[in-house]
Amino acid sequence: MTDYDVLIVGGGAAGLSAARAARWEGATVALVSDAPLGGDCTFTGCVPSKSLIEASRQGLDFADAIGRLGKEAIAAKYGNLFDMYERITGEDPYSSPMRIYPATHYTMGGLWVDYELQSNLPGLFCVGEANFSDHGANRLGASALMQGLADGYFVLPYTIGNYLADQLGDAPMSTDEPAFAGVEAEVQDRTNRWLATKGTKSVDYYHRELGKLVWNYIGMERDANGLEKAISEIPALKAEFYKNVRVLGDGESLNQSLEKAGRVADFFELAELKARDSLAREESCGGHFRVEHQDAEGEAKRDDENFQHVAAWEWNGEDAVQTRHQEELEFNYVKPSTRSYK
Amino acid sequence: MTEETLHITLKVWRQDGPDERGRFETYDAPNVGTDMSFLEMLDVVNENLNDDGKEPIAFESDCREGICGTCDLMIDGKAHGPEKGTATCQLHMRKYSDGDTIVIEPFRAASFPIIKDLAVNRSALDAIVMAGGYISVNTGAAPDANLIPVPKEAADQAFDAAACIGCGACVAACPNSAAQLFTSAKIQHMNLLPQGQAERWMRTEAMVETMEMFFGSCTNHGECHDACPKEIPLDLIAWTNRDYIKSKNKNRKLAGQKG
Repeated sequence: MTDYDVLIVGGGAAGLSAARAARWEGATVALVSDAPLGGDCTFTGCVPSKSLIEASRQGLDFADAIGRLGKEAIAAKYGNLFDMYERITGEDPYSSPMRIYPATHYTMGGLWVDYELQSNLPGLFCVGEANFSDHGANRLGASALMQGLADGYFVLPYTIGNYLADQLGDAPMSTDEPAFAGVEAEVQDRTNRWLATKGTKSVDYYHRELGKLVWNYIGMERDANGLEKAISEIPALKAEFYKNVRVLGDGESLNQSLEKAGRVADFFELAELKARDSLAREESCGGHFRVEHQDAEGEAKRDDENFQHVAAWEWNGEDAVQTRHQEELEFNYVKPSTRSYK
Repeated sequence: MTEETLHITLKVWRQDGPDERGRFETYDAPNVGTDMSFLEMLDVVNENLNDDGKEPIAFESDCREGICGTCDLMIDGKAHGPEKGTATCQLHMRKYSDGDTIVIEPFRAASFPIIKDLAVNRSALDAIVMAGGYISVNTGAAPDANLIPVPKEAADQAFDAAACIGCGACVAACPNSAAQLFTSAKIQHMNLLPQGQAERWMRTEAMVETMEMFFGSCTNHGECHDACPKEIPLDLIAWTNRDYIKSKNKNRKLAGQKG
């Protein structure tokens, strides 16, 4: 029996990171795992990596695992996932390889917030996936769930109180303030504009066309040429959308086309920003795989020298290009290392 | 699997607003791919309506992964359509044949008033959850994992109940428009766990009685379970009835101890 400084049980994302960190500090480590190293998310979940692209070329085949552990063991673990897959595709994943593809997967970023989770708009707090803080650059292994729970249970209960404490005794703000009337008029104006455009194409049409641009040029695998193409084509499509969209019905009752129009307008801005941000980030990292930045084996190549920072983009109005701000990331205890799925 | 094309005729309930008179309208859907989901088929129909200058059909959907519970449609008289244990969004057109006529209506229940066309207001279900469908402990600092041991059987049963997505198909399928299956799922996924014990009796009494304010009574038809996209077990209703009877005594006893 050999002695180890550290014993880690479980080879999931957390176990592997802990093992790596302990090794980094010079400890001897034993890692015990009853499953392949990497954890659930690596094999069935949301790992945005080149390995998925390769897997999608071959199909995700569970034949080996079923042969080794039996169909029942696999069903107990992934049954609900497999059922869902069968319902959508009409194929049985127990007998034929799953066809998977790394789709554009969340924005992997969100509103800038401070340590109190307050955005740059005083009083507007932003938690979970909607902010940039914990999973901004990467989103491996259910970190979105972790962040939702941490923000909601442990951060907000204290920080919102801090913010509100300063306003104790203040009278509630009146909706007669001119700012309220201004915003209301703005929304009304936008609504009327959609309804009055009376173009020829549906909101869904523009959503789909924008989706194609995002799919082709701002997917997980992206390069400078494609991104520049997206940056030039998105505003053109956006201009056409504003000129030629057809939203029927009125603004007085439930109107789903009208709702969608507002959302697709936002998507245009977000898609363009994503393209700009991806173009500026000259490295590969997590869900951002720049084809120009890969190692000899085709794995993501980070550039910590130049990109160990958060890029926060400042809104400059509807038609202006946003300003990029940098916030350096400092790692005092756990040093970033290269992750390999091989 | 290769994709084929179907020619489908739709009879869809259209209603301009909550107090307007509704009517069925017939739409032709000549190019429906068998790989389309039911909602994608409706998306295409809507886009064609929009192109023809007619207002699209209002219907609710959000995640389209069978977990949000908003895609409530009566399809040929069945809540969520013909496929067992499947929400409308997970129903695919490969279940249909060329030349089929499909009748689409909103969920029918007096407590689900129609907003427009196929969209209904299900906030009566929210009222039930607001009456006690939560655990109000102060979470404090992060506890260690597995600090409270939960037997596997209890965890499994609670999970079965927690699978409820709150769509209201149970109400729409019930001849009495009762919400017993929904309410039982929302009560039992907590009553079955140690964390849910502190408020068990208050929760049960409040949620059952709020349910009674909006919905009909259960007469054990079992249609709810049959229509449920998550196949919530029917025996949760029996558990809830038992807890409700007990709650009547327990809550009064607890009140007596307070002084």
